Amino acid sequence: MRFGVVVFPGSNCEMDCYYVIDKVLREDVEYVWHQQTDVSAYDCLVLPGGFSYGDYLRCGAIARFSPVMDAVADFARGGGLVIGICNGFQILLEAGLLPGAMLRNTSLSFICRFVNVRVENADSPWTNAVRAGQVLRIPIAHGEGNYSADAETHARLVEKGQVILRYCDEAGETGGPSNPNGSIDDIAGICNEGFNVFGLMPHPERASEAILGSTDGLLIWESVMAHYRGRG
Amino acid sequence: MAELYEELGLSEDEYRDIVRLLGREPSKVELGMYSLMWSEHCSYKSSKMVLAQLPTRASYVLQGPGENAGIIDVGGGLAVAFKLESHNHPSAVEPYQGAATGIGGIVRDIFTMGARPIACLDPLRFGSLDSPRQRYLFNGVIAGIAGYGNCLGIPTVAGDIYFDECYEGNILVNVMCIGIMPKENLIRGLATGVGNAVVLMGNRTGRDGIGGASILASQEFDETSQEKRPSVQVGDPFTEKLLIEACLELLEKDLLVGLQDLGAAGISCACSETAARGGVGMRIDLEHVPLREEMDPFEIMISESQERMLAIAEPEKLDEVLGICERWGLNAVVIGEVTEGDTLEINWYGEKVVEVPASSLASGPVYDRPAEKPSYIDEVQSVNIAAVDHPPDLNRVLLDLVSGPNLCDKRMVYEQYDHMVQLNTVIYPGSDAAVLRVKDTSKALAVSVDGNSRYVYLDPYTGTQIAVAEAARNVVAAGGVPMALTNCLNFGNPERPDIFWQFKESVRGLADAARYLELPVVSGNVSFYNESFGTAIYPTPVVGMVGLIGNLDNRRTIAFPEEGLLVVMLGDTVDELGGSEYLKLVHGMVAGRPPAVDLRMEKGVQTTCIEGIRRGIILSAHDCSEGGAAVALLECSCSGIGASLEFASALAPVSWLFSESQSRFVVTIREEELEALRKLADGRKVPVHVLGRTSGDRLIINDWIDLAVGEMRSAREEALEERLKA
Repeated sequence: MRFGVVVFPGSNCEMDCYYVIDKVLREDVEYVWHQQTDVSAYDCLVLPGGFSYGDYLRCGAIARFSPVMDAVADFARGGGLVIGICNGFQILLEAGLLPGAMLRNTSLSFICRFVNVRVENADSPWTNAVRAGQVLRIPIAHGEGNYSADAETHARLVEKGQVILRYCDEAGETGGPSNPNGSIDDIAGICNEGFNVFGLMPHPERASEAILGSTDGLLIWESVMAHYRGRG
Repeated sequence: MAELYEELGLSEDEYRDIVRLLGREPSKVELGMYSLMWSEHCSYKSSKMVLAQLPTRASYVLQGPGENAGIIDVGGGLAVAFKLESHNHPSAVEPYQGAATGIGGIVRDIFTMGARPIACLDPLRFGSLDSPRQRYLFNGVIAGIAGYGNCLGIPTVAGDIYFDECYEGNILVNVMCIGIMPKENLIRGLATGVGNAVVLMGNRTGRDGIGGASILASQEFDETSQEKRPSVQVGDPFTEKLLIEACLELLEKDLLVGLQDLGAAGISCACSETAARGGVGMRIDLEHVPLREEMDPFEIMISESQERMLAIAEPEKLDEVLGICERWGLNAVVIGEVTEGDTLEINWYGEKVVEVPASSLASGPVYDRPAEKPSYIDEVQSVNIAAVDHPPDLNRVLLDLVSGPNLCDKRMVYEQYDHMVQLNTVIYPGSDAAVLRVKDTSKALAVSVDGNSRYVYLDPYTGTQIAVAEAARNVVAAGGVPMALTNCLNFGNPERPDIFWQFKESVRGLADAARYLELPVVSGNVSFYNESFGTAIYPTPVVGMVGLIGNLDNRRTIAFPEEGLLVVMLGDTVDELGGSEYLKLVHGMVAGRPPAVDLRMEKGVQTTCIEGIRRGIILSAHDCSEGGAAVALLECSCSGIGASLEFASALAPVSWLFSESQSRFVVTIREEELEALRKLADGRKVPVHVLGRTSGDRLIINDWIDLAVGEMRSAREEALEERLKA
């Protein structure tokens, strides 16, 4: 399986994603420069975290106009697998490849820590190696991860099972202080209607090696690999 | 000219020296350049003679002081660059931008040497959080560090934060950065090769930060300080991130002869230092400098606009250099060339505005300042602290200590920093030292910063030795062998003999401790004039230590790892409450002598601990420092497993619990390893005291302390947030 990790000016988790795909998953991986317009060589595109274009103006607002984003949109419309992590999620929202928008954390501060997320839909290409209801321990690191959507969009996401991850406590209970940023309905990750585009605030690449404190992020990578190989 | 040199911060003697050097009156631009380069901040004119006594060499030191950062060889073809620096005055005037650009500056120092920055550490000092102004400064500084550092994708992995009234008018924001590189990528900030191009990269030059080094950093604070706000630079982390990537690519492809960042004194400093280091001259055509607004040559030369780099490149590689910058979306223009001789010549649309020997700018005056022991020292040391009444409820005292501003948990601060990006942080902030793995090897780096200014105030010589010893001890507790150190020496006005005495004593302590513990000082920074309205801060030397863990499996945290282990104290506890956190917090006293430090014992305790960890005998380790053994034991328990300790002691309970005696570790071992540990310790004449066992969820110390883990935790973890709400 060949991954492409998109590099925007100001991305800063692209090397981390590359490292995990290359050294931990042992899959093929290449960087995709933001001016590249052909992404047909890849089986899965990763939009990594960071501060594309400094997040000036608004997170992801400038990156969506990068030449590569037209190619990413075409790739997604053709059913290609796209995962946006943190800033990558924000870019997918800005580009309209996922519904909704991101607000500043209710604390108004950047937050970097491990959180628990509950897998709400274990049938997606991104979660098929996980049990529904399973709690994953994965770090977040963002200042604007407060997911928001209008009532109609929200209802549709819930109804169609597009809410993939919800913030929860260790026991899997949602609601209350386990929601770190104020996201509506404790939403931490969503898919598009085709389930081939996935955006999430937690960083699975930071939870893919035991030495870093958790390997729960591996389950997401392993799911998409299993899906690609037709076993998902 | 007479008024101008004074306004620029030069003395009359210095002005006369310039005239003698040039054989004529300087031009306005020249005067501006000398004023910056000869400022205390850039020239180290007051400190140079004193710093000469520091040990700087070891077989593994690749670069000592004098460059942008120090560099050590960590084996396997890898080198580590690091440096600690201050951004105190800008942060006191404008906390967000001051702290942000402090990060920007130190990060540039690291990648300028060819290293990829892998971590930042921030030692911070504030006044009391009871004051709204201090809360504003605190929140602003934290947000500035987070805003800039997070954007760069460099994890902030450690630091320390202390609060004391002495910083009320002059907070301290020190920043340390560490980078790693293949040894062959090491590059220095020097210009060579007549005819080579001088390239200016990065942000356009504007009026921000005009004269920051001379106006802000080299004067004390008074009622006009707020008006100096325009001297604070404005940070642009996005451009800095692009500069990191572009510069590292240029070095990876071997396209540069030299590289220098533009920090204090901007173009003036970068040109004169690179030329002086390379023993060459330089011609600059200033009209090529990309500007943000209309500026005259004087302003351009002294602007401290951020995120700019100066590169020296051979003409045949120039196209490729400019091409890579363009690909990263960065401005890069040729502004001049390397010339024969040692003249720095600067032209403005064909008119020569500067013609001076480059070396005369880079090597400023040197002063041997008078020093005199301040009268307060004998007074504070002779206070009879044995006469204080100790409160009866020791549980209460311990909880008060750990919910006090200095010892409480700082999680709410470091959670605002991305401390995980780059996937190297294997021990997080909150332990004795942060540990960063070195990918594709079995090694790791243990890094720590330390500096207790209360000790230094009471006794500058001993206090500074303790800073070195404790920073090393922190690294040891994490399983590392301390390799080398950097420092930031924050003091008051060096023109005052009492302050200069503190400085000289402190550096003597630094030198003696570093020499005895075999720790070369590879880089550092001096920050003087930390005063407001005539009152100086406590003398505050801060030490940054880098150590190497040969085998990643030998990393340790402070947490008691399981129940049923023996809890052992390495080293002796003596009645030493002088300068303690207990005395300050409970009795409001800063008095007595700081704890004694015996460097022979220190070395013995440290090597015992390292050997014990290496052989798998020691399973967790924590050094005893502020708050004494009681606070150390509480911190070991706070991750969930408590301890039941019962032992005989000739000391009064308060003395055993809260004395801050040096050269001590609390370690855990399996019972069957006790003899092995004793053997290691005996050979080094290190005392071993078995205190008891890890067990349950309470910390019990004789009949003195009995507290539930949960209670201790909430006291420690909720305190800072509560204080900020006030």
